[in-house]
Order: sequence, then C-alpha cells, then structure tokens
Amino acid sequence: MRKYVPKDNVQGKSYYTDRFWVAPRVPREEVSDAHFTGVVATLGALAKEAHVELGQLIVHIDARDNIAVIKALKEVCGYTQCSEQSAVDYLAKDGEFELFYQLLNVNEAKRTRVVCRIKKGEAIESIVPLFNSANFAEREMFDMFGIKVNNHPFLKRILMPDDWEGHPLLKTYPLHGDEFASWYEVDKIFGKEYRDIIGPENRDPAKVDRHDTKRFARIGYEVPFGTDISEGETQKEIEYSETLLVNYNKKESKTLDKRR
Amino acid sequence: MQVANKLSPFFENLNFERDDNTMVINFGPQHPSAHGQLRLVLELDGEQVVKAYPDIGYLHRGIEKMAENMTYNEFLPTTDRLDYIASTSNNYAYALAVEKLLGIEAPRRAQVIRTMLLELNRVISHLFFIATHALDVGAMSVFLYAFREREFGMDLMEDYCGARLTHSAVRIGGVPLDLPANWLENLATFCDKVEYELEHTYEALLTENRIWKMRLEDVGVISAEDALNWGCTGPMLRGSGVKYDIRKEEPYELYAELDFDVPVSDRCDSYGRYRLYMEEMKQSVRIMRQLIPMYGQTEPQLMAHAPKYISATKEDIMTQNYALMQHFVLVTQGMRPPKGEVYVPTESPKGELGFYIKSEGEPYAYRLKCRAPSFFHTGLLQKLLVGTYIADVVTIIGTTNIVFGEVDR
Repeated sequence: MRKYVPKDNVQGKSYYTDRFWVAPRVPREEVSDAHFTGVVATLGALAKEAHVELGQLIVHIDARDNIAVIKALKEVCGYTQCSEQSAVDYLAKDGEFELFYQLLNVNEAKRTRVVCRIKKGEAIESIVPLFNSANFAEREMFDMFGIKVNNHPFLKRILMPDDWEGHPLLKTYPLHGDEFASWYEVDKIFGKEYRDIIGPENRDPAKVDRHDTKRFARIGYEVPFGTDISEGETQKEIEYSETLLVNYNKKESKTLDKRR
Repeated sequence: MQVANKLSPFFENLNFERDDNTMVINFGPQHPSAHGQLRLVLELDGEQVVKAYPDIGYLHRGIEKMAENMTYNEFLPTTDRLDYIASTSNNYAYALAVEKLLGIEAPRRAQVIRTMLLELNRVISHLFFIATHALDVGAMSVFLYAFREREFGMDLMEDYCGARLTHSAVRIGGVPLDLPANWLENLATFCDKVEYELEHTYEALLTENRIWKMRLEDVGVISAEDALNWGCTGPMLRGSGVKYDIRKEEPYELYAELDFDVPVSDRCDSYGRYRLYMEEMKQSVRIMRQLIPMYGQTEPQLMAHAPKYISATKEDIMTQNYALMQHFVLVTQGMRPPKGEVYVPTESPKGELGFYIKSEGEPYAYRLKCRAPSFFHTGLLQKLLVGTYIADVVTIIGTTNIVFGEVDR
C-alpha cells in the first residue's frame, strides 16, 4: 500500500516517528511579575487566558477585541511599540489561524504577546490606527496567509507579485511552489503558447534528471568500468581557459600589521 | 494610458498622464543607491516628494517557508542570507532563540567568542554603513577608507570561520571552533586600528565637513513618538532620542557583565544617526577590548552539554559508542525541542532582530517568523520621504541602513 500523505499539511515531516513519544512542553508560569499582573488586571475580562512563557507575557484574547486590547495596552500599560505581527497556520488541526501581536514596553523593558484565533475566511480588524508598524506587517500576513485585514489603508501583496495566486506560507502550499508557480514566468514573459517548448520551471535544486547526461552522471544507466559510452559520438577536446594559476599561497602568512 | 502586452506588463496602475502638476517617477529596483532591490515609486510636486510608495519583494526567497521544511540545525546557514552584511548576528539571533526554547546555555568560552564575533560584526556592518552612506552622499574617499578597515575585519572573520560573508560562525548551543592562534592579538590590533582611523580618518573627514553637514543635517527627521510607532529599532530609534538598546535593557550573552555606554542622539536627523554609528563603533571596540582578557579565564568547552539536543564533541563521537549513536540520531532526524513558542530579540547592527519560533515538538519548526529591523525601516520610508526633496531621497534611504536580504527574506 502506498504511504498516506496528508494533503492539508505538505511541509517537511520527520521520517522517523515514534508513536510513544510525547513531546515535553516549555513550562508555562503563572503571572507573578508586578508589571504583568498590572497588565492582566487592566485587560480584565478581555483577557481570556494569560501566562508567562520564557519571560514574556502571553495574553489570549477574542479576535473581535483586538483593537480594544491593544489600545488598552498602548494607552494604559505603556506598550508603545508593536514589534511584530503575524500568523500561524493551524488550518489542518483546528481550522483556524493563530494571530499574534508582539508588543514592547520601552520604559519597563517588558514584552507581551497578544494571541487570538480566527476561523478560515474570517477577517481581522487592522491595528494601523494604533501602530503604523503594523502597516507592512499586516500586508505581509495577507500576502503570506491570505488573511483579510479590515480597514487597512493599503491591503495589497507585498512580497509576492500582485498577480500571484496562492499564499506561500499556508501549510497546504508546497515548498517548491504549486502548479501556478511553475508556469508563472513562462506565461508572463512568453505566453501560454510557449508552455510546451519551454516546460515548467524547476524549483527543486536537488532534482536529478536521469536522462540528462550533460549535467549529471548516468544515473540508472551505469555501465561497468571501461565500457565505451560514446554511442557513436566523436570525442571533442575540452577547451580550458588560458589563465595562469596565481600563487596565493605565499610563504608569509597574513597578519594585520604587515598589510598596511 | 499604458498599453500592456506580454513584454511590458502592468506593474502598477500608475497614471502617468495626470491632470495635476505632479509627476510619478520610478526609483529602482536596480538603482545603485537603493541598497539592494528596492523599488520606490515617488510622486513629485516640482522637486518635492508628495507621496512615496516602497515596493519590496524583489529578493524574496521564502526563508520562513524554508525554515518550516528544515531541521533546526539545517536552517542555521540559511540565516546568513538575511542580513548578509553581518551574518553572525543573524546566526546568533536564531541560535539564541532555539537555545531559549531548549532551555540550554552556551558554555562560557563560547559566550566570550560569540560576543566578540557579534561586536566584530557590528563594526564590520557599521563600517559598511559609513562607506555606502558616504558614497551615496558623494564622499568617495570615505568609502575606500572604510572598506579598507572592513577588509581587516573580514580577514579576522575568515581566520576564525573560513568565510568572509556568510559566516555561520555560531551553532545552536555554542560555537563550532575555538579561536585560532594569534587571533586575539590580531583582534587587539584591529581594535587599535579602527579606533585610530575612526578619529583620524572618518570623523576628521566627515564630522565637521561643510558639505556632509549640509547634506545630512535636518534631513530624514523623525520624532521619538513616530519612531516607536513605525517600529524603528536600533540606531533609528536611538537617533530619535529613545535610549533603548536590547544589549542593555534585556541583556543576553555577556553584555550584562560588560561595561559600555549606549549613545543616544536627540537630533532626530541623519547627522545625529551618523554620529551615533561612529560612537557605537567606539563602544564595540571598547567591548572587544574587555573581552580579550576574559577569553583566557575560560574552560575549553565550546558546545553546551545537552545530549538530547546537541551532539558531543568530535573526540567523544569518535571514541564513545553512545555519543556516536546520539550524533547519528541528531544528524539524521534533527533535534526535537519541546512544544512552545518563543520570541527572542537581539540587538543586531541594524536594530532589533528577533526570531519567533513556534515548536510543536517536531524536528521542523512549525512556524518561524523573522522580525527583521530593515523591513520596518523600509515601511517607514513612506512617512519619512514625504515632504523632502528628491535630492535627499538617497540620503534618507542611506540613513535607514536597510539591507534587502532581511527586508524580503
């Protein structure tokens, strides 16, 4: 029987799996720090769950409250910088995206991560009115995951071309690109009618074409040593470059003070 | 109206025949002063920029996607290609994030070496900044002098790890190699050389230079509030008067033990940032000088002892069966960190370089997000360029010190 390959997550997977292996967890601590306790108290019921993981506060919230929470963090708790904003694809497992906002309090040198989850196809409200740094970050999230951001000033693809199809960081998107990606440049530069002549783009650097004897060894067509493999072709002399070898290996080793 | 055909497709819906007096020009992506593949669409009213739209993605290689398809150790050399001016900072930021996740700490000697390499990379990167920024503004000779010193710094990197640009000089859990013979002496010479040249060449040439001051003063002004709001970090933030250096505020590695100052400028303009870069190099030299005697007081261990995650030393692998088995498993399957998420910020030469790693207990990261400082500094251009003159555009791009390897990832 052929091995089952899940279609909803085509990312790299461990070849060796042990079904009795239970992965340990990074310890989640109670919120005990004075500053973090204040943050959780300020958010009140808006924070569904809060814990400290590796020194940073993680607050889980409802995705609809994201503006209210981040506004409170900015205006009351002094989180004046949004360092990063992005998403994690949990579509295969839960049918949801996990979004996170990484915030920094410059005065107290504290970091808080606001985490919320949205279902597939749902949109999130933009936090650009609060943090302009989210402008590019939310565009990147839209580009990479296809998550729509409501009221974003300029929601457009940022890293991929405008006419690209598919969202590369989804777990369903293969590493070497999909069907669209392999024809994108051929279609765009030459036109669809040239597809047969040029062929799809090969994005796999490790690909070995066993019939290509120019660049690769005769994989699959190996013959005993000394067998004639010319197949009737006459051997051409290889032309080498005329450049003389330069002797870089001078006796003296390089030292800084002698190289003035 | 543009006519789109197969050879000249629409890039943007830009209207070139406009009723108002503004003109739209396209800057890049192959402009020599764009510091990489930056395409900038500028709307000009006369010589004044009315609207700026940075278009990025010309160097997008999907590094975050690759991280999801590689084991943790396999991915490390890929981080070289982020900020390729100071590769070790990227290697280190990534290694530190994974170490936090694993809950291990590098041995003391590795910490000394890493901190030295980080500061050496900071000097290399800042010299590169001075060189290219001066070249953009028109000071050709500074470019040549700064590249001369940068060569010496890169020679030191080469002596240590064999590579000049893509170092991979840090491993998860430590460093791969001990320092070669005479390296510390060479580093001391380099420190003296840089300090001397900073004072007698660059600052002598630039700081009081009338043209340099005219081109840089009051250009690219950004207030502290805006700098925070737009996600500026590193010299861009400190150049606006916010004294926030991750090495000081959230110390990692040996920075808590080292004695150094965090320079701040409240000028908020390009000139202030230039002075800041110069001062930071002096502080880096100061840090490296303190580290040189610390090296001798350390034990020779280079990699952390954590058999579940880190291979043993070569000697152990070759002599002890269990170490060999462990090494085999780690090489063929990769380490499996515990489940959890971590965001670790580090102060790279460009600003806050952070790695967010979400682990599901697999040998492959479930999600890796690289928070690159240049990405946000590029976003800032759409605010910073508005209202300036076309002649200052190149200065402002230069002063943000963006590197497209980490903008596009």
